[in-house]
Parts: sequence; structure tokens; C-alpha cells
Amino acid sequence: MKKIALAVGLVGLSAIAFAQKSSTDSIAEYRQMLQDGNPADLFEAKGEGLWTQKRGPKNASLEKCDLGKGPGVFKGVWVELPRYFADTGRVQDLESRLLTCMQELQGFDAQEIAKTPFGRGEQSNVTALATWIAAESKGMKLNLPQDHMEERKMYEVGKRLFFMRGGSHDFACATCHSQDDKRIRLQDLPNITKNPGAGNGFGAWPAYRVSNGQMWGAQLRLNDCYRQQRFPYPIFGSDATIALGVYMGVNGKGGATVAPAIKR
Amino acid sequence: MQSKFLLPLAAAAVSFLTACSTPLPSSADLDKLTKDIVARSFRAEGQAQLDRVNPDEDNLLCSQADQSGNTIDEKLATAVEARNMQTIKAPVDGKYLGDFKEGEKIAQSGSGKTWTDKADAANGGNCYNCHQISKEELSYGTLGPSLYNYGKMRGVANPNNAESKPIVEYTWGKINNPRAYNACSSMPRFGHKGVLTEMQIKHVMALLLDPASPVNK
Repeated sequence: MKKIALAVGLVGLSAIAFAQKSSTDSIAEYRQMLQDGNPADLFEAKGEGLWTQKRGPKNASLEKCDLGKGPGVFKGVWVELPRYFADTGRVQDLESRLLTCMQELQGFDAQEIAKTPFGRGEQSNVTALATWIAAESKGMKLNLPQDHMEERKMYEVGKRLFFMRGGSHDFACATCHSQDDKRIRLQDLPNITKNPGAGNGFGAWPAYRVSNGQMWGAQLRLNDCYRQQRFPYPIFGSDATIALGVYMGVNGKGGATVAPAIKR
Repeated sequence: MQSKFLLPLAAAAVSFLTACSTPLPSSADLDKLTKDIVARSFRAEGQAQLDRVNPDEDNLLCSQADQSGNTIDEKLATAVEARNMQTIKAPVDGKYLGDFKEGEKIAQSGSGKTWTDKADAANGGNCYNCHQISKEELSYGTLGPSLYNYGKMRGVANPNNAESKPIVEYTWGKINNPRAYNACSSMPRFGHKGVLTEMQIKHVMALLLDPASPVNK
């Protein structure tokens, strides 16, 4: 009798294990299938076109935009962002730096774009540009600079923000992302305090999200993390979002990037 | 001529030295910088107001400990637990358990308190995000321990019995304010922070402790 119960118990257990493994596997399989036709390609193509297109009040292209490796260089810049820019005196991530270029070169109002909801107007152009520029570094290893004092300070601030508990639920980024091999529901959670989690997590965005059919830049990824953390709304390109980018990217140093990735 | 040449050279040398040898500001200065950055980086949206980024003393202490990779100092932990224990109130009508079916719905729901949630809508408990609970639900998280067979494993045959009282009261307290038992627990303070109502907590209690609940089958 006992033996039978034990056997039944084991079957039950392995059924659960099987069900879970198979759902995780099917998600991986689904992603693999979509790799052949990642809709991010469309945003990439749009971004590439936007770079050379004459636009804005100054009717100029972005071809003289300095993303960290000199005016006009787009290959390999993304794996070194966020970084310090002497002309603005700020550490900037890809998206906030694009706003600087759109304002300085094309005459757009960066503040206005920062205030525009994600996916609308010039915001969707910023996402497309970020998708293309990230893709131009695909497969390269994250290598954020930490030479400038402002970059080192932003890492320290980012670390403090990562562990900052707050909101109605007392959640910090660290609540979900500071341990290995944890899940929320069936979703695997990367440990962003070190590699491989930091490189895998940070190096995947911009990404196309299958569940809502949207292309998300790193700013929107963080924005939705903070929403679910029950924090107030992080301002687009604000220093808090950039400091977190520095913290994650530096922790991910050496990790190969896969952006633009495809996510559930 | 010579001074004209020397000046930029000196400036270059200074900036080189600044980049390479200046030590980071003190930890206290970096804390202050973080505070300033938080103050200018968020805006209120919907029910997510700016008071949510003013951490209370308990969160401040735990965040510092988490960041350093250490556990919180023992004396501080005792103080945090004591003041959180003060917040726990027994149910007004003395009844600890509601309806386990309602409890399951609350455990399943992950909504509530975000800037996209309506302030007057019922909040969920998010329980399955972190815990296994009933055996039927395979989509559960692993940040918290499994709660499957919670009452059964603790020998709760009848939650109204005197023998069940300690575990019933502990579970009530734990859901209302887990920081009363573990100073830096990652679990939300559902009662203390007004995430779940007293009635909702009773339903979750039933899900965990009612012998008829699927959790205890």
C-alpha cells in the first residue's frame, strides 16, 4: 500500500516537473521559431532610415550624432553606453543621448519628446533608432567605461537604487533580481547583480515583446519594472534610470549582447 | 609663449589626475546624491504618488543591509520586528478565517496599487507570483517557500481549536506584517500597508488553513 502511494506520489511529482519543464521549453522553442522572423527587424530598418533622413525644424540628419565614439559612429557604441559626455556634462544612455542629438542637430525639443508617451510620435522614432543602433553591436561584449568620476558615481547610485525598497509593497529591484535560479510565476528571473544574469538581462533590450506586439527600449523596460514595483513614474531619461543602466551594464561586463531580442 | 603652452598642459594633467586618482565620494555623500537623484527622477502618476519613494526607517535599514550583502544588525532587527509587531491587530470580530475560494482568487490576482490600477479597485495578493499554494496551479514563483499543505503540515485539523490558536495567530500576523517576524523579509506588509483589507486577509487565511481548502488536500 505504502509502495503504491509512494509510486503515485512520484508520478504526481514528475508530472508537475514535466508540465513546468515543458512550458518553459515551449517558450524557448517559440522564441527560437520567432528568431527567424523577429519583428524587431522592421524597427531596425526604420531606425536605419531615420539616421540619414533630414528631419526636424533644422531639416538635418543624425549622421553627425556623437554616441560616444565620435560623430557618425554607430557600430559598437551601444555596448559602451551609458557613458559620460563632456558636451552635456552628463552620463547618458542610448535613448537620452539620441534626444540630445535630435535637439542639437535636428532642432527637436528634447523635453517634449521625453514627455511623449511611449510608442507615440517622436518616441516611436527614438525606439526605432535605439533598436537599429543596438543591433549594430549585436554579439559584441558589454564594455561600459568606468574611467570618469561621473560614471563611477552613477554606478554607486545605481547600486543604491537597485536595493532601494519602497512603494506600497516594499519592493526593490533586488527583491526579484538578486538571487540565482528564481522565478516569478513561470518566468525565469535574471540575477542582475552579476553575470550571466546582468549581461543577459541588460544586453537584451531593446526587445520585441510578443505578448503585446510592441518594441520596447531599455527606458520602457525599466519604466514597466518600476510600475510593477508600485513606484511612481520614472521620468524618461532621468538620472535614476541612467544610474540603473550603468549598474546593470557594468555588472554585465563581458556578456555578449543579443539585442534586439524577442521576449514573451 | 611658454606660459601659453604650459597652461593647457597643466589642465590636461589635472584632468588626467582627476580621472585616475580621485577617490569616490564618501558613502554618505553617495547616499545624499542618490536621494537628490530620486527626488528629481520620478513624478506622481495615478495612485502612485511621490511619497512612495520616501523610504520608511525599516526599508532604509534593510536596503542598506541588502546592498552591503550583510544581514541587518541583530539589535536593529529586534527593534524593527518590535515596531512592526505593534501594527498587527486581531480581527475585530475575532474570526480569523473567511472563504478559501475567495482566498484563491486573491492569491491569483497580481493587480493593484500600480499607476495603471484604479485606486478604488480591489487589490490582488500576488501570492502565486512567489509561492506554490494549491497543487493545481502550476504557474507559481519560487521567491518564497511553498505553501502547499500549509495547514495540514502544521497539524491544523480545526482552525477554531485551542491547539490551532498559535499557528492561526502567527499566520494572521505574517500576512498583515511579515516584518514583525523577520526584520528584512521580502514579503509585502499586506495589512500594515493597506494592500489587502481585513476581509481579504481572512480569505487568504482560509486558503492556507481551512482543512477543506485545496491547499490542505
